[in-house]
Amino acid sequence: MTDYWDPLIERMPVDELKKVQEEKLVQLVNYVYNHSPFYKKRFDKAGISPDDIRSLADITRLPFTTKQDLRDTYPTGMFCVPQKMIVRYHASSGTTGKPIVVGYTQNDIKEWTISLSRALTSIGVGREDVVQVGYGYGLFTGGLGLHYGAEMVGASAIPTSSGNTERQIELMQDLGSTVIACTPSYFLYMSEVVNKLGLNFKDDTKLKCGVFGAEPWSQEMRQRIETQTEIKAYDIFGTSEISGPLFTECTYQDGIHIWADQFLIEVIDPKTGEQLPDGERGELVVTTLVKEALPLIRYRIGDLTVINSEPCKCGRTHPRIMRILGRTDDMIIVRGINVFPGQVEAVLLTIPEVAEHYQLIIDRMGELDTMTVQVEVTKDVFSDKISDLMRLEKKVGKSLKTVLNLSAKVELVEPGTIPRSMGKAQRVIDKRKI
Amino acid sequence: MENKMIKQISVFAENKPARLEKMTEILKLANINIRAFTIAEAGDFGVLRMVVDKPDIAHRQLNEAGFTVSETDVLGVEMSDSPGALHEIAHILGSNNINVDYAYAFVTATQKALLIIRVDNISNAIAVLGNAGVALIGMKEVEKI
Ligand SMILES: [Zn+2]
Repeated sequence: MTDYWDPLIERMPVDELKKVQEEKLVQLVNYVYNHSPFYKKRFDKAGISPDDIRSLADITRLPFTTKQDLRDTYPTGMFCVPQKMIVRYHASSGTTGKPIVVGYTQNDIKEWTISLSRALTSIGVGREDVVQVGYGYGLFTGGLGLHYGAEMVGASAIPTSSGNTERQIELMQDLGSTVIACTPSYFLYMSEVVNKLGLNFKDDTKLKCGVFGAEPWSQEMRQRIETQTEIKAYDIFGTSEISGPLFTECTYQDGIHIWADQFLIEVIDPKTGEQLPDGERGELVVTTLVKEALPLIRYRIGDLTVINSEPCKCGRTHPRIMRILGRTDDMIIVRGINVFPGQVEAVLLTIPEVAEHYQLIIDRMGELDTMTVQVEVTKDVFSDKISDLMRLEKKVGKSLKTVLNLSAKVELVEPGTIPRSMGKAQRVIDKRKI
Repeated sequence: MENKMIKQISVFAENKPARLEKMTEILKLANINIRAFTIAEAGDFGVLRMVVDKPDIAHRQLNEAGFTVSETDVLGVEMSDSPGALHEIAHILGSNNINVDYAYAFVTATQKALLIIRVDNISNAIAVLGNAGVALIGMKEVEKI
């Protein structure tokens, strides 16, 4: 059984979909040129006139937009509409440099909500569901984004936000939540609390699935969550610059559906900026086709992924991006080797003795970078024989070395000592100060 | 066989001073008497091993406080507090192909030396030590020490 929110669009033949995109791209380029002084200047400088863009292939002639552009034009320098058209603002937390402010017109909110309605419908969420929204509400887009989507599909939204975990679990039981939306690391923490209370999701709640995102998580983490809690774990993707959480996988869990009538995606080589063909791993670039307040042309989101344009088994024809394992910003360089926390996670979670919580500590001893991987020993496997524990350390170190081609020091730590997160987990502590 | 074995409590601990303090505080509050105690360390972590008068309570209390605890069956071997005593025990086990994973010793109030050992084959060890006339203490005796 597959349900669609908008079957005509979601199953539109690919060539028709491309035509829609082409029309919208041409309109968009004219729109930003005429409404955003920033883009006018940028196009003029690159010697591009809106008339040069006539087909989808022409998109490669357009310059990229970066996060730095949004910071440089803080707060609203790239907006295409005056304040009176704006009905909402969100802003990034701004841990590095100035925050990024995103404005929405009434129609932007509507399109955002439509995108999530299609996504939630594709994982079987509808009127019969109670959606507990454990993403933060506020300047962060996660909470309100999911909230509007859940309401639009007719589900009952519970705006718990993150934190106050025992209360969350109580509400989950009392109101019969069937869906939880939060970061995967917060859900792991919630599971720990559920166990501590002597409960389990299967017998004591009605939870059937989780919508997890806002931080990269691996396929191995999904398997752990699904086996331990017996719920389906779906990946959700989106970032505040392009609205917020927008896209999910469908029940086939084979890539995240990107609504092509709203967004045009490309994957590029992060070094050369060249567009890469389907199936090749590169940096995701998004052009917002229908946004009014803050449309973005070829925005370099920073996530590394692969596009699959084959129609999905669910019948949807829109392109999919395969699970996102990291962002160019998350990448750390240790002794000249690129390391993504997601890779480390994937390695660790294939080892059954290792718990789901881990942290990477990067430091420098003299001229040499060091990477320490802290992992928690699970209570079930604790052996009082030192040799068993040292064997486990060696096993973890060896698996990491095989995959990363990098020697890491493995440190076993007590369960519960790696900080738990209510939002995005801090997996990497980089102590190198150069 | 039960009365020839001792339940040892093992705790996983990172090498941080406050952990030992916390752990001993929990045992103190639960009115638990530690009979023998040792710390085995391996770089960044260690394993604390101890023989206490009420292992079940100690296990539960430590577990509830968030420690990673396990209970292991070990042997409490009585030795005369004199030269060659340890060698004799080692000889009996060695010649019967029983491997000692670890051992630690302490002297009791009655001037006897008590050797705590974990072996790879506990029932065999009980048998061969018994045949050789070596006394093994059980939990009842631990309570009384
Ligand atoms: Zn699908």
